[in-house]
Amino acid sequence: MSETETAPTEQEETAPEPILSVTDLRKEFSGITAVDSVTFDIEPSGMTGLIGPNGAGKSTTFNCITNLVSPDGGTVVFDGEDVTGMPTYRIARKGLIRTFQIARELREMTVLENMMLTANEQNESPFHAVSPGLRDNVRRQEERLLETAWELLEFFDIDHLAYSYAGTLSGGQRKLLELARALMADPEMLMLDEPFAGVNPTLEERLLDRLHALTQEGYTFLVVEHDIKLIMSNCERVLVMHQGELLADGPPEFVREDERVIEAYLGGEVSG
Amino acid sequence: MSRAGNVVESVRARLADSDYSDRSLIVGTMLAIYVLYLLVGFSLGFDVNGQVNALQRITFLTAVFAMAGLALNLHWGYTGLFNVGIAGFMAVGVYAMGMATAPQNPETTTAVPGLGLPIPVGILIGILAAALAGLIVALPALRLRADYLAIVTLGLSEIVRLSFSSNTLGEFTIAGTTMGTGGNSGINLVGDPSKIVRQFYETGFGIGPLSDLSGAILDSFASVGIEQIVVINLSYTVVVVGILGFVYVLVQRLGNSPFGRSLKAIKEDEETTQSLGKNTQLLKAKSFVIGCGLLGLAAILWQGSRGLTTPDTYMIELTVFIWVVVIIGGAGSNTGTVLGAALFVSILDEGPRFFRDIVNATFDIPRAPTSIVEAVGSIGEGDLMPLLAYVFGELAALQFVLLGVVLILIIKRRPEGLMGHRKEPASTLDISRPATERGDGAPGPPAGSSDPEAGTGEKEDATDE
Repeated sequence: MSETETAPTEQEETAPEPILSVTDLRKEFSGITAVDSVTFDIEPSGMTGLIGPNGAGKSTTFNCITNLVSPDGGTVVFDGEDVTGMPTYRIARKGLIRTFQIARELREMTVLENMMLTANEQNESPFHAVSPGLRDNVRRQEERLLETAWELLEFFDIDHLAYSYAGTLSGGQRKLLELARALMADPEMLMLDEPFAGVNPTLEERLLDRLHALTQEGYTFLVVEHDIKLIMSNCERVLVMHQGELLADGPPEFVREDERVIEAYLGGEVSG
Repeated sequence: MSRAGNVVESVRARLADSDYSDRSLIVGTMLAIYVLYLLVGFSLGFDVNGQVNALQRITFLTAVFAMAGLALNLHWGYTGLFNVGIAGFMAVGVYAMGMATAPQNPETTTAVPGLGLPIPVGILIGILAAALAGLIVALPALRLRADYLAIVTLGLSEIVRLSFSSNTLGEFTIAGTTMGTGGNSGINLVGDPSKIVRQFYETGFGIGPLSDLSGAILDSFASVGIEQIVVINLSYTVVVVGILGFVYVLVQRLGNSPFGRSLKAIKEDEETTQSLGKNTQLLKAKSFVIGCGLLGLAAILWQGSRGLTTPDTYMIELTVFIWVVVIIGGAGSNTGTVLGAALFVSILDEGPRFFRDIVNATFDIPRAPTSIVEAVGSIGEGDLMPLLAYVFGELAALQFVLLGVVLILIIKRRPEGLMGHRKEPASTLDISRPATERGDGAPGPPAGSSDPEAGTGEKEDATDE
């Protein structure tokens, strides 16, 4: 990764422990290197953008970090713990939740059921679900979860859809639901794969507004996005990937000037 | 058969009203079937014993098929696990129970000895054995894609059946204890659960008040001319229906809980569910093992009362029957599954035989022709009777044709089954409707927020198309 130019950031001297630390991540698909020695650290709290042309390896990087696709090499450290190769669900339980490029809401479940599903600290024991006395405990727990679910639905202004099936929601509403659902898990960091794809401008505004509010609360975001303008004006740091490699890493104004980034985007398009 | 059509129609009409209580739907369907069968029995000149026997048989078969159907609904309807080895798990349950309860020193030399355990212990062992078989399959197969589970379960069910019919396992000795499956000739089920009911009527378990009670029950039935054996069968059916009620509540509660919610999510998209922090392998394994245990229980209650079970009971047909029950009822709905079992047993399984008996009693049916060519050929001569006779002669085989036609019709016309369209909330709370509609005080939108319905209009323009 000697090619990567790392811009000095003002945080560097007093840099806190990174919440996510990816070192030398590598993934090959039958001879084609989709992710090539990608290394980066994400500091807690804040929004980092990950951009790059189609096929740059952004989604595969996400999949390798959460071990939906097992990486061929490299390490992923989350919150001070090596999570490389750990089952996906355990990484999620540690507080690293990801969303998908095409919103993968659970269509046959209602918005509320989607929300209630995610909470990590809930009693999923079948024995407790059927035993007369213990079921009451589960019920009380669910009442608390339901309150949290309603709060989050209101925060994202989709509470009027609570009883609808997720499959009936529009593309933008699904993106809102996916984010709200991810927050039900009480994560520390969220990795969003194209959260603005197919979202109309009004809804995009609302989504951005919520993301900024959540950043203020201390959540960490890593956002993959096609819309460079959006990333440049909303993220304090931008990672650029091209052909599986990390091309640039730094604040938007630094990345925008990078020759190779401009080249990767066939000139000029980054300057927006 | 047009009355049967009416039953289906009336059931459908009621389905339109989602508030119609599930219990009355099941009871209503059963009553309609009873009326139908009473009319049939009346036209066949059944006496009281005959009538009660027919209804008892229908109810009993409905109850055991419904129980197995509920187990499959947990697998397929809730979790999306494609289990086509149902017969195998049922066989494991019955055989484990049979081997555990067979006496150590049988009275006849042909009978296979066993462990000689009491009946309740035997039943428990049977359920646990079926669950264990489920676990053995679950560990490797659930890691694979859904279609591989189908192959593995199908394979297991055949392995189980062939092993039980093999002479090698017919009688064997482990650690000084001799037991066995009896090979092709099957195994005597000494641990017949209906024996407990029989003991109640014959001895009252040696407890005074109980034997008084059983005597009083027998007397009151005898006063309307019902024999003791019919009363015993009837009572056993009542017990089985009671156990079905218990299993129904169990599966319903499993579905309406955080556990059921996660199963539902796995059925929809396992990868997403993992990404949200669910140990999907473990959840699937739990669902599979619980369902297999219930299959074992259903099989024990069903086969146990026959006193003997043979390996050819557990052919692939049995698996298909249980699937038909769930497909008719609608995957995902427990009420639908029970209705599916009632319709399957009364119309598809027992119905044709009763129909044949009616026609035989009413018309003079000639001897069946030896081939279908002869049977069809006589239509040209304007005589339908030989064809009818042929159909009745080959009824067992033609029932499968009927089954196939019904399946094709359902899958084309109503793939979601009778009640599969109705979604039950996957929570211990009713989160399917606003609290204001329910009026039960369960948490809804927190106070101070706008009414969710009222807000829809103004928000519509803000959300995208």
